[in-house]
Amino acid sequence: MLRFFHQLGSPKHFYRIAGSWIPWLAAVCGLLMLYGLYQGMVVAPTDYQQGDSYRIMFIHVPSAWMSLFIYVVMAAAGAIGLIWHMKLAEVIAISSAPIGASFTFLALVTGSIWGKPMWGTWWVWDARLTSELILLFLYLGVMALYGAIDDKRTAARATAILAIVGVVNIPIIHYSVEWWNTLHQGPTVTKFGAPSIDIRMLIPLLVMAVAFKLFYLLVVLMRARVEVLERERNARWVRELVEAP
Amino acid sequence: MKAARKKRLYLILLIVTGVGVAAALALNAFNQNLMFFYSPSEVSAGKAPSDYPFRLGGLVTDGSVKRLANGLTTRFDVTDMDKTVSIEYTGILPDLFREGQGIVAHGKLRPDGVFVADEVLAKHDEKYMPPEVAAALKASHEKGVTEAARESGS
Repeated sequence: MLRFFHQLGSPKHFYRIAGSWIPWLAAVCGLLMLYGLYQGMVVAPTDYQQGDSYRIMFIHVPSAWMSLFIYVVMAAAGAIGLIWHMKLAEVIAISSAPIGASFTFLALVTGSIWGKPMWGTWWVWDARLTSELILLFLYLGVMALYGAIDDKRTAARATAILAIVGVVNIPIIHYSVEWWNTLHQGPTVTKFGAPSIDIRMLIPLLVMAVAFKLFYLLVVLMRARVEVLERERNARWVRELVEAP
Repeated sequence: MKAARKKRLYLILLIVTGVGVAAALALNAFNQNLMFFYSPSEVSAGKAPSDYPFRLGGLVTDGSVKRLANGLTTRFDVTDMDKTVSIEYTGILPDLFREGQGIVAHGKLRPDGVFVADEVLAKHDEKYMPPEVAAALKASHEKGVTEAARESGS
């Protein structure tokens, strides 16, 4: 087991192992997403107040969860890269940033589309919406900083520090709806006690959440493989890989 | 763990705690500015500004929604189950606006204590359920209320 993790830490073995996981991940993720979308869009009952408009939450809520989750993964990987100088952690951290930014963007856009008919406005500057927008800027900042520094190891160290500093925003986003009066509603699922959502709506939501997690895993492995190849382009195993017929 | 790694680990923990404490202090200092709206109790207590616009949030009181004589202005009360404030609004109300629903209104307080809104947003709560479940809940609630009334009456 330990040896497996040790191997995973070496770029060469990571490239091979991740490559063998990708088709399986893609298949399971695709099936779960289709099942979750069908359950959410067709099978789940309509809401007593919002009618069918609430169905956008099957995209919005998992996206918002992923935007926080990926940030924590990115910062943790960045910290591991800083402390143990582990190359693969740096690669995972920087490969996560565009995926996290996309999920944040998706959460903001779907929320906005839902907000117009339900709240009566596309956007308000309440604590939840504003802190989520700051999260998008943090992701974009991490990507820009990494791109601005030529030496990739220095770049990884600088972005890791930015990512770690930004972690302070994560609890603020999560608790914003409890600490302050916001237009955005409070937590439905991630709270103490029973979730205040019908079980037939909750299950598709959780299926979508798992599908989104797998999607992230799939895309981060694909991106990390490319990043590893680029960083190790002078290593012998890459040359052998490329020159192999 | 090697000394250098330990040092880096402590440095990172120090950064996280430092930034965390700084953020907590800053957010605490700006607490009032981060509130999206004032509650009716805060308005009654005179905590809300009287000379410039602010937001007021609460539940629309049952049976309080009335159209004024001009046919365009709606007047209703919002409550936080403690104090109540009347709101006048001229314009189109959002889909989710109804009695018992949470709303956030933006506007100014008139000297007579009525809040004149220029924007009304519906606040959605965190509950999701199909209509038949909502109907069943309402029925059992009403049954409970009438039973309680009967018991207290007898």
